[in-house]
Amino acid sequence: MDANQYIALAAFLFGIGLVGVVVKRNMLVVFMCIELMLNAANLTFLAFARRAGNMNGHAIAFFVIAVAAAEAAVGLAIVIAVFRTRGTLNVDEVASLRN
Amino acid sequence: MPRKIVIWVVLAALVVTFVGVLGARMAEGAVLPEIILGPLGLTDALFYLFAAMTFAGAATVALSKNILHSALGLLAALMGTGSLYVFLSADFLAVTQLLVYIGGVLVLILFAVMLTNRITEVKISNASLGLVGGGALLVATVPVLVFVAIATPWATIVPAELAPTTREIGNAFLTRWLLPFELASLVLLATLIGAVVIARKELKQDEPDTSVS
Amino acid sequence: MTPLQTYFPLAIAFIVAGALAALLVGAAALLGPRRPSAVKAAPFECGSDPIGSARERFGVKFYMVALLFIVFDVEAVFVYPWAVLLRDLGWSGYIAMAFFAFTLVIGLAYVWKKGALEMETD
Repeated sequence: MDANQYIALAAFLFGIGLVGVVVKRNMLVVFMCIELMLNAANLTFLAFARRAGNMNGHAIAFFVIAVAAAEAAVGLAIVIAVFRTRGTLNVDEVASLRN
Repeated sequence: MPRKIVIWVVLAALVVTFVGVLGARMAEGAVLPEIILGPLGLTDALFYLFAAMTFAGAATVALSKNILHSALGLLAALMGTGSLYVFLSADFLAVTQLLVYIGGVLVLILFAVMLTNRITEVKISNASLGLVGGGALLVATVPVLVFVAIATPWATIVPAELAPTTREIGNAFLTRWLLPFELASLVLLATLIGAVVIARKELKQDEPDTSVS
Repeated sequence: MTPLQTYFPLAIAFIVAGALAALLVGAAALLGPRRPSAVKAAPFECGSDPIGSARERFGVKFYMVALLFIVFDVEAVFVYPWAVLLRDLGWSGYIAMAFFAFTLVIGLAYVWKKGALEMETD
């Protein structure tokens, strides 16, 4: 299997995530779409690492996963806090930082 | 009762025939994957299977009206990409994907879904906007990326043999990637403190609420 | 070796597991008697009558546990490749990982002091 197919799949994944971020209004779904885009980036890194035959792509993908986990922890805590104070998750209604 | 027995007999006959035909073909010297898949190799077939799984999951995330279905679609997409990591000779990252993404991030997202949604009215809370604009964005980005991916003649280097990568990753972490490695611990520390500060406030606000309910 | 050859035992395990599950569920569906009743269809809640909907919001405390889990999950994943190489790396590797672990111990101490580890707050 060629690296091209993996990169094409990653492109599809990234595009779907991008459209989801723009189209969806629920904060949690926007969050999930960001995870999809991070996964697409990881897939590309690993496809190129396989092609180049060294470990640097693996290390970067590893850090991406770690940072995604950290982002999930803090981001979802913020989502819950916003929901508690505003009572909504619609990103259009939560447009200002102040009440 | 007899109908069930008939079903069983038919099923058993089918299985026996299938195994018999397969065994006969293999005795002639054919390889098992060739019989089932024809010219398409087993690796290719598995790639397309996992790619379809990833694609379907991602589409579910972006299109589903029900937020729980979105979460399950994310599960399928993460499983699919994790399986593809194996084909890219990244076994340790596949395990990491399973441990951190599916075992951690996805569970956290499901927790957040449970915590925030009045799940009975889930369809209202997941409105989407501008499907036309979204479609236009998709048409504008994806073909370009896919064209670049397929048309670019990436330098052809014969891929190395498949080998366990854990040792190499450990080596890379403690030599070239030492600074990012230590910074990752600081990121985790900041995560721990930040998330506890944010969520802890919620807990305090929550106290009188829980005592009532 | 191709991935298929390397992971052939895993594939066997998956196939056996799937076949066993399909066999057991299929056999139960085909052979078992089915006599549904209203009592059997009700959700089981320790023998008492179910109260309210199963899809209710639950407390933030559980979220705190999940949050702590994910941070230390990532730490464990970072420790594993280092542990495989422990003997080769010597003291420099030990010091690097000691710094990493110490940073997280600070976080753990902070969380502990804040009382986020206590579940029985109500």
